[in-house]
Amino acid sequence: MNPENLALNVAMPVLGVSLVMAFARLVRGPNLVDRVVAVDLIGTLSIGIAGVYAVATHQAVFLDVAVILAMLLFLGTIAFAYFIERRTER
Amino acid sequence: MKSCILSTATRYLLPLMLLFSIYLLLRGHNQPGGGFVGGLVASTAFALYMIAEGVLAARRALQVQPTTLIGIGLGIAAASGGLDLLAGEPFLKGLWLPVAVPVLGKIGTPLMFDAGVYLVVLGVALLIVFSMAED
Repeated sequence: MNPENLALNVAMPVLGVSLVMAFARLVRGPNLVDRVVAVDLIGTLSIGIAGVYAVATHQAVFLDVAVILAMLLFLGTIAFAYFIERRTER
Repeated sequence: MKSCILSTATRYLLPLMLLFSIYLLLRGHNQPGGGFVGGLVASTAFALYMIAEGVLAARRALQVQPTTLIGIGLGIAAASGGLDLLAGEPFLKGLWLPVAVPVLGKIGTPLMFDAGVYLVVLGVALLIVFSMAED
């Protein structure tokens, strides 16, 4: 099995199912912290999808998408933590 | 909020993200990227610094007011069109230098316009982020 087929037929379904499960946690999450973790997980899975898609289509440009997504995701999670902490201080 | 881990990580990430934003700006004409994305990544770098060190430190690191950046950016973008008028061409038509600059390749008014967009996006995003963090 060549890498393109492996990426499309094995990695992509796994990532897709995980994405649905993470989204279910985002919708149902009992409190805010669960939802923040779910958003973080969805972002991480999107990075994985971008990487797998880069392998499947031979387009190195999608790896830059993964890099930018990783940087913004890092900032987003930190910003959530910052504002949750500020809200509980009041 | 003072976090040792976050400040240390920011010290490495801030220059890296600014460099990556410049890279996005420069290659934007032929590949995905450009002034808008570059400006957003640069503003993300300063927003990260703001969360790690506080709003005042981030304003000091930026050195100029975000509104000044917006003005300079709009001026540069308008000047890239004005150069065309001076050369007797239609407004905002792409003009390139006849010789290629090392590293950058052929530069011209599209890059100038993109640099203006970069500064405007950086200024607007930081204006929003700073004023949200201050109240």
